[in-house]
Amino acid sequence: MSRLNTYRAGPDETGHFGIYGGRFVAETLMPLVLDLETAYEAAKADPDFHAEIAGYLKHYVGRPSPLYFAQRMTENLGGARIYFKREDLNHTGAHKINNCIGQIMLARRMGKTRIIAETGAGMHGVATATVCALFNLPCIIYMGCKDIERQAPNVYRMKMLGAEVRPVGTGSGTLKDAMNDAIRDWVTNVADTYYLIGTVAGMHPFPAMVRDFQCVIGEETRTQILELEGRRPDSLVACIGGGSNAMGLFHPFLDETAIRIVGVEAAGHGIETGEHAASLTAGRPGVLHGNRTYLLMDDDGQIEEAHSISAGLDYPGIGPEHSWLYDTGRVEYVSVTDTEALEAFRFCSRMEGIIPALESSHAIAQAMKMAPDLPKDHLMVINLSGRGDKDLNMVAHIDGVTL
Amino acid sequence: MSVDFETRIDRRFRALKTQGRGGLVAFVTAGDPDPDTAFEILKGLPGAGADLIELGMPFSDPMADGPAIQASSQRALKAGQTTIKTIDMVRRFREDDDETPIILMGYYNPVYIYGVDRFLADAKAAGVDGLIIVDLPPEEEQELCLPALKAEINFIYLTAPTTDDVRLPAVLRNASGFVYYVSITGITGTASASVEAIEEAVERLRRHTDLPLAVGFGIKTAEQVGAVGQAANAAVVGSALVNQVAGNLDADGKAKPCLVNAVLGFAAELAQGVRNAKGFATREQRK
Repeated sequence: MSRLNTYRAGPDETGHFGIYGGRFVAETLMPLVLDLETAYEAAKADPDFHAEIAGYLKHYVGRPSPLYFAQRMTENLGGARIYFKREDLNHTGAHKINNCIGQIMLARRMGKTRIIAETGAGMHGVATATVCALFNLPCIIYMGCKDIERQAPNVYRMKMLGAEVRPVGTGSGTLKDAMNDAIRDWVTNVADTYYLIGTVAGMHPFPAMVRDFQCVIGEETRTQILELEGRRPDSLVACIGGGSNAMGLFHPFLDETAIRIVGVEAAGHGIETGEHAASLTAGRPGVLHGNRTYLLMDDDGQIEEAHSISAGLDYPGIGPEHSWLYDTGRVEYVSVTDTEALEAFRFCSRMEGIIPALESSHAIAQAMKMAPDLPKDHLMVINLSGRGDKDLNMVAHIDGVTL
Repeated sequence: MSVDFETRIDRRFRALKTQGRGGLVAFVTAGDPDPDTAFEILKGLPGAGADLIELGMPFSDPMADGPAIQASSQRALKAGQTTIKTIDMVRRFREDDDETPIILMGYYNPVYIYGVDRFLADAKAAGVDGLIIVDLPPEEEQELCLPALKAEINFIYLTAPTTDDVRLPAVLRNASGFVYYVSITGITGTASASVEAIEEAVERLRRHTDLPLAVGFGIKTAEQVGAVGQAANAAVVGSALVNQVAGNLDADGKAKPCLVNAVLGFAAELAQGVRNAKGFATREQRK
């Protein structure tokens, strides 16, 4: 495949990354989607908007997040020098808050008075509830019944922050269904409501906008690794559900083609079992939730339920820009099973004293596969996208322990 | 793109105009609660008084639909309904009825996966007249609307309360068959707009198009059908009909023997709504 001059130019003016992306929404929503695009373009051109966001990221979120050299893990694996980008140390415990700060500023500019969001693992729900509390805005979070069960601590956190958590029992009772109901709410409450999507998916301009707000991860990483090592990284590894933490780390480095970039999907019980969430590895292009992207579906185009031990990766689609990067071959996409992720979860906890989210554990598991075969001067950055406290109930349950 | 073909939809709306009454558009989900029962319902709808039929192609993630149609889609999918079966259902319907317009309603992904060209060819051959694909706004017209027009199938555009006068011309640019006005901001089978609000919206749309206007979302009773049928050219009823299916299932979710009659009986009641309200009294005249 011929090399492109840049991998960072998308989307085009109609919101497409190649054939992916777009605005596949009902007419009722279309004018709102266009308004949002106009408002975002205006905000992007306003230095005050960026200054406001930078201020909250620094003083409220606690950025920059450290780039930490995982020495014991590096020594144990015996190959690449492994760095963690510590998004788990952000306020609320994951990368999700980066996007929420940006979008809440936009919602305020647009004069919206009611915020809705979908959540899977609950991290985006918690981050949204947090910024709503901060700016005194009513907040409604849609969450699948199955996720409510396996992420109980986050449900309580959201409630503590003043959000209303609406259980979604339709379909598989996970993130996809929560997103359906959030869209139904938006189409019903068009005048006052801002839909704060948590990942680089959905209709244009969300994939590009959420990416822009998450790019702080990659930009900081660049500065930090230059300070620490005096050069750029050799490889980047991140987990992918919708793909926002990965896009945030990857995007600033896409045009530096010497850097190997690896996205890790959830293979669940194993790709061959059909119970997984690996849209790129095992899906095909289709249209859902406002965009064309790789999706898990049957031969009739009915969306299939995804499976992953990690609620945050349990989505049958992926952001459209990832689909495009997959087709172009710029980013490698691989998958890691539940069992491998759990092993990485335990390994990282014992080895580095850091309990990672089950989502991030997928990235760690992939790094554990890659690192031993790489030279000792290879610099690898893993996005430690979130902390694992929320997953302790789940892991304890697997261990047969009742908390 | 100019529309230089005629479908059963055009002929039916002309006939309604001659009769001086509004039409009833009846929505049912293909394959709900099972393929055979759904076909009996479809076959019986014209006799019950449905002027046009909107046949839902079930989708796993019907984002614009409320609980009634979501449940109906789930029942149909569980009973094994697929896009190819839905098209075949139309073909069999056409063996006995060459006049009642059929519009397939659904979401884009099953059509996209079927293959747009193949879908249009098969649908046209089966006797489909129009398509309503909820998640294809004019911004995505090259996906299916333009190919459908080439295949001489009407692509029915939705307009909503949020579609303002500036945007309307873009939405109506490639509209044909009729224009579907979504009378509320929301999902199917929930809130209802007032007759006054519908009349106002129809007046606004009339300034932009000569196409027939059908109004849907939240229309549940014969009385509402009558009022909407007067204000516009047709009233669409979906969730209320589908609820008749839901209400006539046994404990195992199977159709009770009375199900088909219950649905068709309710459709007949709705059809009386447009017939009793005959007369096209305009808003001004009624004042």
